[in-house]
Amino acid sequence: MSVDADTVKRIGRLARIKIEDGDVDKLKDELNTILDFVEQLSEVNVEGVEAMTSVAPMALRRREDAVTDGGYPDKIVANSPISEDNFFMVPKVVE
Amino acid sequence: MTTDLTRLSLAETAKGLKAKDFTSKEVTASYLYAIEKASALNAYVAVTADQALDMAGASDEKLQKGEGGALEGVPLGIKDLFCTKGVHSQAASHILDGFKPEYESTVTQNLWDDGAVMLGKLNMDEFAMGSSNETSYYGPVINPWRAEGSNADLVPGGSSGGSAAAVAGWLCAGATATDTGGSIRQPAAFTGTVGIKPTYGRASRWGTVAFASSLDQAGPIARTVEDAAIMTTSICGFDPKDSTSVDMAVPDFAAAVERGVKGLTIGVPKEYHMDGMPSEIEALWQQGLEWLKAEGATIKEISLPHTKYALPAYYIVAPAEASSNLARYDGVKYGLRVPGKDITEMYEQTRAAGFGREVQRRVMIGTYVLSAGYYDAYYVQAQKVRTLIKKDFEDVFNTGVDAILTPATPSAAFGVADQEMSKDPIKMYLNDVFTVTVNMAGLPGISVPAGKDGQGLPLGLQLIGKPFDEETLFAAGRVIEKSHGLDFTPNKWW
Repeated sequence: MSVDADTVKRIGRLARIKIEDGDVDKLKDELNTILDFVEQLSEVNVEGVEAMTSVAPMALRRREDAVTDGGYPDKIVANSPISEDNFFMVPKVVE
Repeated sequence: MTTDLTRLSLAETAKGLKAKDFTSKEVTASYLYAIEKASALNAYVAVTADQALDMAGASDEKLQKGEGGALEGVPLGIKDLFCTKGVHSQAASHILDGFKPEYESTVTQNLWDDGAVMLGKLNMDEFAMGSSNETSYYGPVINPWRAEGSNADLVPGGSSGGSAAAVAGWLCAGATATDTGGSIRQPAAFTGTVGIKPTYGRASRWGTVAFASSLDQAGPIARTVEDAAIMTTSICGFDPKDSTSVDMAVPDFAAAVERGVKGLTIGVPKEYHMDGMPSEIEALWQQGLEWLKAEGATIKEISLPHTKYALPAYYIVAPAEASSNLARYDGVKYGLRVPGKDITEMYEQTRAAGFGREVQRRVMIGTYVLSAGYYDAYYVQAQKVRTLIKKDFEDVFNTGVDAILTPATPSAAFGVADQEMSKDPIKMYLNDVFTVTVNMAGLPGISVPAGKDGQGLPLGLQLIGKPFDEETLFAAGRVIEKSHGLDFTPNKWW
């Protein structure tokens, strides 16, 4: 499988990374080099093999559904590029 | 004081501090001076001199009273991937511009609880994506080692290139690092230092910037096997804040270092004889086997049939997890924001400006292999292959093999801005061909300096262990360390 220019732009949109028009061809080549390389996986017989979900043989720990942390909104927004009254500020999203 | 305190091993430093031969303030000041003089290596992205001297002062008070932890007063460097409260923590990325966490990672907290002193934050490949430390927003780290008779700059490997260069260049007594596909072991091999990736789940991932969560594991880079064992004991431990942290007692790894290899069976995987591998690496591998044999180990040829598929599977699994983990960098919560006409444009422009080329490439590959219509063909297939890779190792360990010896890397350190590598991403990725299998299977792996190439550059051997059997790796690693009879200190040129 390989990607074309339109697919590169579509992946950029899905990944929320702006792709400049002049960069599409180079990115396409780079992505295809990597996709060619991983293509060899299709020759492995995986019949009856389960896809790995956990590398260590363990069950996911659970805990009581209770609030164990929080109460410091000032710290949460402390690194925000723009915040106001302990809210993150973003461009208007609802008309 | 006539000896240069920066030339001591971590174990010697801890011992000297406890014996009051010198103070933590003296050692710390020596390292801070060395760091100031070593800007040519570009190993540190932030130096926390005032904080280091404060921590050293507090350690000295404890040491005076005969108190303190295993690392009391010992100055360490911390990879920029670990969140450190109030201190530069940017994963060497522009997108985390100005980020100073309000919390401390579990790994670093464990080190401070044992008395260690933080010198600063170490350079690395951006988001730990790279094998040469050239993808850092802060520029490449330069290897303290140079080829004999050459002034050319070499890479220290990556992604923990700052950690490896700082340890090799006497800029800290030991360093934290992380390993997703070889990022501890490959730079350790390139710089003549010791690096271990513990078993997945040994060290908490909490507070460490995530790259590929099912593969990421923290560990140390240090000057000796004993130093690495001491740091591993401190770093590891159960942490309820990490859902994949393993609730298991951490042994005193340093106690295993001199255990020897008598009676152990060491596996040699035939699939690791790669085409085009330099003959000096083949020879070094043979030499390593001879050393282990001479100390009473049995050598056994083994087969890990799915070895060649580990790297391609990794380049699906790791970018897939990265594309998900890195979705959080959106210009809203922290770091860089580039404004746009609406929120989507703000996201897109922020991520285009904030992520470097390699990170963008991997996020895009990950996005693609997880997208509708390709998920089964790529991602599920890779996770099935991963099951087979892990089973290869289980089968071998079930036949009585205690550890596996392989080369650590397919070559010695290469030049900064290597044309071949920058032209073809796969060439760069092949650096991890011997190390990546270990992450895919969640196993522990250690890289120990073992020899030098024709140009006098360090080469490492890797030992792979059973899950949670780091002790055997330290013991076998120590045998290699004792056997090579070489000096792994670079000639100071900076």
